[in-house]
Amino acid sequence: MARRSPPLNVFPRECEMTKLWKNGGFAADVFVAVDDATPLPVATPVIVTLKRWREARAEVLALAVPVGLAADVTAALDPASDELGRLALIVIPFQKFTDGRGYSLARRLRDEFGFRGEIRATGEVLIDQLPLMLRCGFDSFVISHGPTLRALAAGQTSQVPEVYQTAAYGRARTTLRFATRPKLAAAE
Amino acid sequence: MYRYDEFDHAFVTSRVAQFRDQVARRLAGDLTEDQFKPLRLQNGLYLQLHAYMLRIAIPYGVLSSRQLRQLAMIARTWDRGFGHFTTRQNIQLNWTKLEDAPAMLAALAEVEMHCIQTSGNCIRNTTADPYAGVAPDEIEDPRVWAEVIRQWSSIHPEFLFLPRKFKIALTGAAEDRAAIAFHDIGLRMVKGRGDNAGQIGFQVFVGGGQGRTPYVALLLNDFLPREHLLSFLEAAMRVYNLHGRRDNIYKARIKILVNALGADEFRRQVMAEWAKIEKPSIDLPAEEYQRIAKYFAPLQLATLPNDDAAVAKRRASDAGFARWLRNNVMAHKVAGYRIVNISFKEPGKVPGDASSAQMEAVAALAEQYGHDEIRVTYQQNLVLPTVALKDVVAVYDALVENGLATGNTELITDIIACPGLDYCSLANARAIPVAQAIALRFANPAVVDDIGPLRLNISGCINACGHHHSGNIGILGVDKKGTEHYQITLGGSPKDDAEIGGILGPSFPAEEVPDAIETIVGVYKAGRTSASETFLAAYRRMGAKPFKEALYGAPKPAAQRIPEGV
Ligand code: HEM
Ligand code: SF4
Repeated sequence: MARRSPPLNVFPRECEMTKLWKNGGFAADVFVAVDDATPLPVATPVIVTLKRWREARAEVLALAVPVGLAADVTAALDPASDELGRLALIVIPFQKFTDGRGYSLARRLRDEFGFRGEIRATGEVLIDQLPLMLRCGFDSFVISHGPTLRALAAGQTSQVPEVYQTAAYGRARTTLRFATRPKLAAAE
Repeated sequence: MYRYDEFDHAFVTSRVAQFRDQVARRLAGDLTEDQFKPLRLQNGLYLQLHAYMLRIAIPYGVLSSRQLRQLAMIARTWDRGFGHFTTRQNIQLNWTKLEDAPAMLAALAEVEMHCIQTSGNCIRNTTADPYAGVAPDEIEDPRVWAEVIRQWSSIHPEFLFLPRKFKIALTGAAEDRAAIAFHDIGLRMVKGRGDNAGQIGFQVFVGGGQGRTPYVALLLNDFLPREHLLSFLEAAMRVYNLHGRRDNIYKARIKILVNALGADEFRRQVMAEWAKIEKPSIDLPAEEYQRIAKYFAPLQLATLPNDDAAVAKRRASDAGFARWLRNNVMAHKVAGYRIVNISFKEPGKVPGDASSAQMEAVAALAEQYGHDEIRVTYQQNLVLPTVALKDVVAVYDALVENGLATGNTELITDIIACPGLDYCSLANARAIPVAQAIALRFANPAVVDDIGPLRLNISGCINACGHHHSGNIGILGVDKKGTEHYQITLGGSPKDDAEIGGILGPSFPAEEVPDAIETIVGVYKAGRTSASETFLAAYRRMGAKPFKEALYGAPKPAAQRIPEGV
């Protein structure tokens, strides 16, 4: 059975409300996530598991639709043999918001593997961590946490605007660290 | 010292506003306690046994008089009029009310201070040699790089939810005074040899730590050109963040990963990561290095004579002054100046506790005689890094007035102790009263001087906040059938010859600990080859046997003394 992403729902309490947030607003999710037992859907962007992507890549690509990968924070991706360049989307799960592996995985994808597609966070995505995710290269978010949805709808963020580190803002890499600091004429 | 520019000010102000908003959302129920806790910890607010504890970052242990006065004011206004200097060169206030925290943070921000990342599973306040910039044996001032690390690690978006806390320490000197071997990452500035001749770089150590599985750090990189420090740290942190264990809090530190993989495999992974990292976008731009380094330019000091008649006269007539001068006053890299250690270890007092009045007294001394600079040591004392020799007598007299003139730096009564059961919810046993009892047993300064250098450290439980593993004598509080007992280890060292102490035998009840320490010291004094053979050297030569025999009796199996075992 095909179902809407995310494949992982850690908030059963609020599962009636799950929204995709990208580019600063809520957006429709055009992707359909399928598990390995489900036949591939036709003519709709699809999210597949790493197993399927590795074992049945030709079949997936033959659909001629944008393909997303449901990544696993414990599995090592190889940019060459996994042909990450052919993916439109990589979905990284946050099983718990305190599990920070997804941040490093996203930075690897952006900075080391040069991935320029969409990187999407699912799972426990909360308003206080969303700015950090953005800075690590995520650019879309599947959100089911009520207060986070309300805050985003009201245009609120929880961000310290001054940053010291280089970071990727979504797909646009910017060198922000120290560069945002106003130049001092001379140190007193 | 480093001064905030507008950007740093804006950063801290935004952070205070962010936390105020998070507290409000917690109170409104938008954040659960589980969701709020990591945010609270990353702002230095820790829930203890009786109240909240606010842990204030003192970056690499450097304070100005104005900052120390403000700390005194904050302790007096919102706490009980004293603070506690910690082994990570921070200060803790143990009786904070949650509703006061935002006002306290705002008062700190006024003097360029904060509590950011003093707790939580993130990169903590970086510590450094307390004699940085003034030690005669220094290769390069590590404060510049400590400040670089402070900025780089502050709200680093990738490393706020690590498997566990992460502590970095730096030294730029020949002698390690920052215990770098017991940190997640230890950095030592070195001169390059061979191909790297003429360059300054870092020796990088990884995986040191205390806690229930103590390890001395392993060498990760023998020479890292200093300009690549941040990209290299980022590579090492990324490997740890992705592969450190998250299933068991006791196995989550980087030391466990490093020792599970082995140093070679861990190094291979870090090097592979580092090779792929786009270094120029992460490493510090040269202009930014220069901007920061300017703040740490050496003071322009007029050289003065290296001997002073008034000091010599006082030394000849006042044994207390002579002792203090010998034990607490160290050589400075500029002739005619001295490094003055201020002991917060007067026997009978709580190690590391400082009253607001004492903080103000030290702030005044730093202003009048010390170029406005104060350092915190990981031994929980303060330092005036630059005092003219001719002013040393006046400084001493002022310290005497404030109960701060104990001349016991690095001696047996200079005890490191964690808060223990008096404050800490994880404790098995009290640490402070045991420290007090031992210090009082050795209250005679002539006896202490005769014993010579001896690091004695006490922790109230296996988490080892009091560094008992690295004490020449270590004391660990254990819970034996509901009573507080203490296990003794010997032979640890936090310095260049870093080592983890070995357990001597069954534990003792609190009241027997001072006797046991006296027995151990007696064995050392009887066995040392000369008065210049230190406790540690003698222990290493003699082995544990004579100490065990003296404590537990030769033929009697150790277990008979306290039959229920540990
Ligand atoms: C009362 C509140 C405190 C609590 C609940 C607490 C808790 C802990 C815990 C759980 C650990 C072990 C973490 C680990 O190794 O995984 C630890 C380690 C440590 N704590 Fe504390 N602590 C407290 C106060 C302090 C104080 C006051 C100091 C400084 C004097 C301190 C310094 C340290 C140090 C240096 C370590 C490092 C051990 C290592 O490197 O492995 N802690 N603390
Ligand atoms: S060593 Fe144990 S008792 Fe002491 S402060 Fe740390 S956790 Fe508390």
